[in-house]
Amino acid sequence: MRPFQYARPESLEQASQLTGNADTMALAGGTNLIDLMKLQVETPQELIDINRLTMGEIADTDDGGLRIGALATNTATAAHDRVRQDYEVLARAILAGATQQLRNKATTGGNLCQRTRCYYFTNIDQPCNKRDPGSGCGAIEGIARLHGVLGTSPHCIATYPGDMAVAMAALDATVEIAGTGDRARSVPVRDFHRLPGDTPEKDNVLEPGEIITGVILPAPVSGRQIYRKVRERSSYAFALVSVAAIVDMDEGRIARADLAFGGLAHKPWHDPRLSELLVGEEPSAAVFDRAADLLLEDAQGYGENDFKIPLARRALAATLADATGVEL
Amino acid sequence: MEQDKPARDCDLDGMKQGVLGKPLSRSEGLAKVTGTAPYAAEYHVDNCLEGVLVTAPFTRGTITGIDKDACLAMDGVVAVIDDSRMTARPAQGTADEAPVQQPQQVCYWGQPIALVVAETFEQARDAAKHLKITFEADELDEIPLDPQEAETENNQSTRQGDLAQAMNDASHSVDGRITTAGHASAAMEPHAAIAQWDGSTLTVHASLQMLNYNISELADSLDMEEENIRLVSRYVGGGFGSKLGISEETVAASIAAIALERPVRVVMSRQQVFQCIMRRSETTQRLRLATDDKGDLTGFGHQALVSNLPGEEFAEPVLQSSDFLYAGENRVLELDVARIHQMTAGSVRAPGEAVGMPALEVAMDMLAQESGVDPVELRLRNIPESHPVEGTPYSSRKLAECLKQGAEAFGWEAGPRKPRHTRDGEWWIGTGMASAARVHNISEAKARVTLKPDGTAMVETDMTDIGTGTYTILGQIAAEMLGLPREKVLVELGDTQFPRGSGSGGSWGASSVGSAVYVACTGLRKTLGERAGVSEDELRLKDGKLADGTSVTDLLNGGDLSEEGHYEPGDIDDDFVAAGYGAYFAQVRVNRFTGETRVERMTGAFGFGRVLNEKTARSQCQGGMVWSIGAALTEALHFDPRDGHLVNCDLAEYHVPVNRDVPDLEVIMVEERDPAASPIQAKGIGELGMCGGAAAIANAIFDASGARVMDFPMTPDRVLAAMPAS
Ligand SMILES: Cc1cc2nc3c(=O)[nH]c(=O)nc-3n(C[C@H](O)[C@H](O)[C@H](O)COP(=O)(O)OP(=O)(O)OC[C@H]3O[C@@H](n4cnc5c(N)ncnc54)[C@H](O)[C@@H]3O)c2cc1C
Ligand code: SF4
Repeated sequence: MRPFQYARPESLEQASQLTGNADTMALAGGTNLIDLMKLQVETPQELIDINRLTMGEIADTDDGGLRIGALATNTATAAHDRVRQDYEVLARAILAGATQQLRNKATTGGNLCQRTRCYYFTNIDQPCNKRDPGSGCGAIEGIARLHGVLGTSPHCIATYPGDMAVAMAALDATVEIAGTGDRARSVPVRDFHRLPGDTPEKDNVLEPGEIITGVILPAPVSGRQIYRKVRERSSYAFALVSVAAIVDMDEGRIARADLAFGGLAHKPWHDPRLSELLVGEEPSAAVFDRAADLLLEDAQGYGENDFKIPLARRALAATLADATGVEL
Repeated sequence: MEQDKPARDCDLDGMKQGVLGKPLSRSEGLAKVTGTAPYAAEYHVDNCLEGVLVTAPFTRGTITGIDKDACLAMDGVVAVIDDSRMTARPAQGTADEAPVQQPQQVCYWGQPIALVVAETFEQARDAAKHLKITFEADELDEIPLDPQEAETENNQSTRQGDLAQAMNDASHSVDGRITTAGHASAAMEPHAAIAQWDGSTLTVHASLQMLNYNISELADSLDMEEENIRLVSRYVGGGFGSKLGISEETVAASIAAIALERPVRVVMSRQQVFQCIMRRSETTQRLRLATDDKGDLTGFGHQALVSNLPGEEFAEPVLQSSDFLYAGENRVLELDVARIHQMTAGSVRAPGEAVGMPALEVAMDMLAQESGVDPVELRLRNIPESHPVEGTPYSSRKLAECLKQGAEAFGWEAGPRKPRHTRDGEWWIGTGMASAARVHNISEAKARVTLKPDGTAMVETDMTDIGTGTYTILGQIAAEMLGLPREKVLVELGDTQFPRGSGSGGSWGASSVGSAVYVACTGLRKTLGERAGVSEDELRLKDGKLADGTSVTDLLNGGDLSEEGHYEPGDIDDDFVAAGYGAYFAQVRVNRFTGETRVERMTGAFGFGRVLNEKTARSQCQGGMVWSIGAALTEALHFDPRDGHLVNCDLAEYHVPVNRDVPDLEVIMVEERDPAASPIQAKGIGELGMCGGAAAIANAIFDASGARVMDFPMTPDRVLAAMPAS
C-alpha cells in the first residue's frame, strides 16, 4: 500500500471537487478498493471517503419505481421489502454474491464499480493492460478460467465479476451520477460498463469527479424473476456464468423476456435481440436453443474458459425452462 | 522405551479415572475463541521492527543487484537484508537441516529474495514493493514447467508377476488415467515469526508444527548452536503440513533480529503463503486392475507421475497405501517425479493417500461397474491376508468393519450402479462409496510429567497443538494414568525449553507424544507404588487418591515428583503393516443443466486404534471429510503455463469448501486397539478422513449422472464434459 491522503467530505459538492483528480478515488465499503490498495493494484494519492454523504436511502420514486442510494449496503438492499416483492431478481442476485459479512459493507456504488478478479490484474508482477496500459495481457495466453467469451478484445478479456449489476441490467435500471457543479447525468446500467476495446483501463463510463449517487429501478413489471448463478462452490465464489431473467407468459406464449448475463463479458451482458426473438414464441427446447445460438454467435473462448460457451447455453435453457414451466 | 513387540496389555485399560476417550472440549478452546490465545505474530514485543519479504518476479536466474540505497532512503526503512543464509524455499518435514539457501539463485517464480525491515509494517510493505532489483533471468522456453514434458526420475518401483498378462487374462479389467490437481494447505494463520536476540540467545515465536526438527533446521541455517535458540509455538492456526519445516519468514526474521539487535516480526501475506510455501503436487495416475470372474483381483497396477523442483527429495507418495491395501498377485507400483520449476512441492495433509486413494477408489468403482460386483463387496473380497508382496502380517485392521458399519449406517443399497436412477427436478441424485487407508506413522518423542504437591500435574513437551486437540488429549492420558480430574493436569506445549516431542505431522503426534506421556506416567506410578507399598497393579488412583483414601500428595513428601518419558518406535514396523482404515459413503446431487455438484450427506466409518477423545477425534474425521469435499469438487492450484507462477493465490480464488458445501457429516468410530501401533494402542486420525473420500463423491457423481469424471476436482465444466448425452 502506498501512502495516501484521506478526506471525508460532508457534501456531494465537496466530494465531486475532491474526486476530480485522476489520482483520487472514492471509498465506500472498501471491500474491493482496500484489498487492491494493499496489493498496490490501486494506488490513489487521495482517498475520498464518501460514507458521510447521505446516499444510503432506499425510497419509492414517483412513477412507482424504486431508488436505491449509492451507499445503501447490499444487505439492506436485498432485505428491503419492495426489493424482495417487486425486484426479486435483484434480491436474489445480491444474496448470491460474496458473503454476509462482505454484503454488510458492500455498497451499491462500490458494487457497480468493483474491479475484475482477473488473476493477472491483481498481481503487479505480471503484465496487464487494464492495470498498466500497454504492458500486455497476461490472461489471453495464460489461465483464463474466469475470463470473458463475449465482447472481448485482443487487449483484454476480463469479466465484470459482480452479480447485482446483472440483475439491474435485466431490470433496465438507471445509474444516477453527480459531477462537479450541477453536472448530473443518468446512464442506463446496460450502458454503464464498457467493453475493453483498446482502453481496458476504463471499466465504465464514469469520468473523474463523477460520483454515483443512486440507481433507479423502473416500475415493476409482471413476470417470473430468476437469478441463476453457476459456480464451483455453493457460496463465496464468483459466477462462472450467471443469468438474470424476468420472463412473463401470456396464453402459452412468452410475453416478456428481459435477460442479462454475468461471467461472460466485461459488462453485464444484455442482448436486446434475445427479447425480440423470444417474445411471442411458444417456449420449447428449440426456441431456447435458437436464443442461445443468437446469444453466443460471436462467442470466443480462450482455452481455459471454452467451457463457458456450452455452460451459458445450458444455463440459459435451464433458466427459461424454469421460468416458462417447460420440461426439458 | 523402545517398542519392538506389540503392546498387548496397556495400563490405560485398567485405570479408574475414566477420563480417557471422553468427548472433552479442547482445553484451549475458550482462549482461542475469545482471542486471548496469542498466535505467533500477536505477541507484544517492545521496539519491534517489521519485515516484509520481497519476492522474485521471474522463474529462474540470478539476482545481480539490489538497489538498497533508494529503499533505505524511504521513510522508516531500517534495513534491506539479502543474506545468503536466508532460505529460498521451506524445509521439508523432518528435514532436520537447513533448507536450500542462497536466495539470490532463483528457482521458481515468487521465491523470496530479500527482506525489507522498517519501523512500521506499512512502511516495510511499501518499501518492499519499491525495492529495485536487477537480475539475469533464463529464457522461459528453456525452463521445464510442464510435468508431462519434463525430465523424470524414478522414485519407487515395485514389480511382481506379470501385470500385462493378468490384464490380458482378466475376466474384468480397468485401465484408467486419473489426474489430480495441486492443493494448498490454506491454513488460516499465515506464516509468521517474531525473532528476538539478546546477544547470546535467539528467541523466535513462530508458527511451526515440529519444533523438535525446526530448531535444528534454524540452527543449521544460521550456523548457530541449538542451545542458543529457543522456539515458541504455543498456538498454531492450522498447519496441514505447511509448517512442518521452517520457512523463509522465520529465518529472515532471525537474521534481521541478530543483525539489527532489535526484535523483528515477519508475517507473510496471504499471496506469499500460497506462492512460496508448499504445494501438493499435481498427479497423473494410471490404474490397472484385473479380476477373475468372481471379482478377486489378480492384477494391481498403480503408476503416478508427480513433480517437484530439482534437488528436492520429497515426492508425493501417491502409492503409499496402494502398496498394501488390496490383493492382486501381479503388481506394478511405480512413482516418477518430474523436475519442474514451480514452487516447492511438499507435504499437504495426508501426503500420498490424499490423492492416491481417490484415484484408486475411482478405479475400484469402475471395476465394480465393469464386473457387476457391488462396490462394497468388491472391496471386502479383496482384503488380503498378508502383505501382497512381502507377506508381512497386518496389525489390527478394521477395514471390513468400517465398510460394513458404514454401509449399514448410510443405508447403502447394494448392487451394481444404474446411473440416473433418481431425479429430483433439475438434479440427479446418486450415491457412491470408497475405502480409506492411511499408513500409520510414529516417531520418537519425549515428555516430562510432574506431580506437584498442590495436587496438580504438569505435562511438558515441545510438541505442538496445531488445532487438533493435543493439549486436551495429553492431559487426558496423564489424568487417566495418574488418577486426576482433567482440570488438575496442566499441559505446556510448543516451547523448545521442554523435552523434545514428535512434532505434529503425518498424524503421528497423538500416538507418539501420547506414548511418551504414558511412559512418563508409568514411571511416576512405579515410584508412587513403591512409596505407598502397593504393587503397580493394585495402585488404583482416582481423583488424587489411592484406593485406601490416601492422598497422592501425601506420597510426594512436599516436593515435585517428575519423570521424563521417552518413547522410540523400535523395530516393530518391520513385523507388521500398520495403518488406519475406513470407508466413506456419499450422496450427491448433480445438476443436469450445469454440472454443479452438491454433497447431500456423507458418512465416514474409521478405525484408527484407541480413541483418546471422542470429540477431538470426531472433529479430525469431519475435517478430513471436508477436505475430501474440497479435493473432489473445488480445490485446485492453477499455475501459469509460461512462467509457472501460481495464479489463484488467495482464499477467494483457491476454493476450499464453504459451510454451505458441507452437509451433516456422520462419523462412526469403529472400536479398535492396535497393540502394534503404539504402547497406547492408538494410531493417527489427523489425515485418515481425507484418504479416499473424494472418490466416494466422484463415484456418487457417476451414479447420479452417468458422468465418469477422471480429473479431480470435478468442477461443473468437467462434469458437463463427461456427462453422456441424455
Ligand atoms: C472475497 C470476495 C468475494 C466476493 N464475491 C462476490 C460475488 O460473488 N459477487 C459480487 O457481486 N461481488 C462479490 N464481491 C465483491 C463485492 O461485492 C464488492 O467488493 C463490493 O460490492 C464493493 O463495494 P464497496 O462499497 O466495498 O466498494 P469499495 O471497495 O469502497 O469501492 C470499490 C470501487 O468503487 C468505487 N466507488 C465506490 N462508491 C462509489 C460511488 N458512489 N461513486 C463512484 N465510485 C464509487 C471506488 O472508488 C472503488 O473504485 C466479493 C468480494 C470479495 C472480497
Ligand atoms: S484480461 Fe484484462 S485484466 Fe486480465 S490481464 Fe488481460 S488486460 Fe489485464
